[in-house]
Amino acid sequence: MTWLAIAVACAGCYLLKLAGLSVPERVLDRPVVRRVADLIPVALLAALVAVQVAADDQRLALDARAAGLGAAVVLLVLRAPFLLVVVGAALTAALLRLL
Amino acid sequence: MSPDPAGADDLEAARRGVVRDSLGVGVATGLYGVSFGAVSVASGLDVWQTCVLSLVMFTGASQFAFVGVLAGGGSPVSAAATALLLGTRNTLYGLRMAPLLAWRGRRRAGAAHLLIDESTAMGVTRATTPLARTGFLVTGVTIFVLWNLTTLAGAVAGEALGDPRTYGLDAAVGGAFLALLWPRLREPRHRVVAVLAVAVALGLVPLTPAGVPVLAAGGVALLVGLLGRPPGRRA
Repeated sequence: MTWLAIAVACAGCYLLKLAGLSVPERVLDRPVVRRVADLIPVALLAALVAVQVAADDQRLALDARAAGLGAAVVLLVLRAPFLLVVVGAALTAALLRLL
Repeated sequence: MSPDPAGADDLEAARRGVVRDSLGVGVATGLYGVSFGAVSVASGLDVWQTCVLSLVMFTGASQFAFVGVLAGGGSPVSAAATALLLGTRNTLYGLRMAPLLAWRGRRRAGAAHLLIDESTAMGVTRATTPLARTGFLVTGVTIFVLWNLTTLAGAVAGEALGDPRTYGLDAAVGGAFLALLWPRLREPRHRVVAVLAVAVALGLVPLTPAGVPVLAAGGVALLVGLLGRPPGRRA
């Protein structure tokens, strides 16, 4: 089942890229399409952050992951590169669990 | 900018500038495949599956979303759906890049695989097709090579580490998503959508199977995009 999902998602992601390069611009280039497409990554990434940090199966939980996210915010405000943000979040949560 | 852009020396200088910038972006981006590799095996995928995602899906946010949804207990179907929804932005990039790159047939099919955030960003600002192709290709190929090597390294290391929670890898995923989201939060409309999406997702967590809250939050983008006024137009 996981392999099937990987295959479908991989094929779909490639076709989405190819469609952009192949479809005549006027077919998709409408203000509404552009607006929705611009907002989809924002909504999904924000939801993924929230669920990743605060959901424990079907419950909401506040634990070391929230501290990790706090560290990520601080590092992003300080303009740290991507890898440092990810490592900082992980280290903060790991250290907190050691206490 | 050079005063005489038509000169051969200037063209060569411009090309070298594009190559240098693209390599910089490519190396910086390619290296964080290590975090994808580690996070992916931590969410239960094996090394093979992790490497196939980087080789064939090859679009970072969708890959992180796929493994993130699985890690949260979501079904493979919702993992694939979330990855595909995030992949739609590459279609928009393609629309912007197609006239600039001006490739057809097999070259276009090959270029499509490299069509991601960074290759678009390094290609779309160029004034001519050769410079756009240089920026797009150098960035895309550099990231593809490094991203796959570092994914493998991260996945192998991640398997050797044992329980991912000990190293805070579960918190790393949230950090990765936030880092991908961060540059988009400069726009006020995006901040509103982000807050609404968080509210919808967290509100649904206790009510729906894992994976559904994130997909439902995508509906916020649809609603705001359909109902909202275009930016800049007055009421």
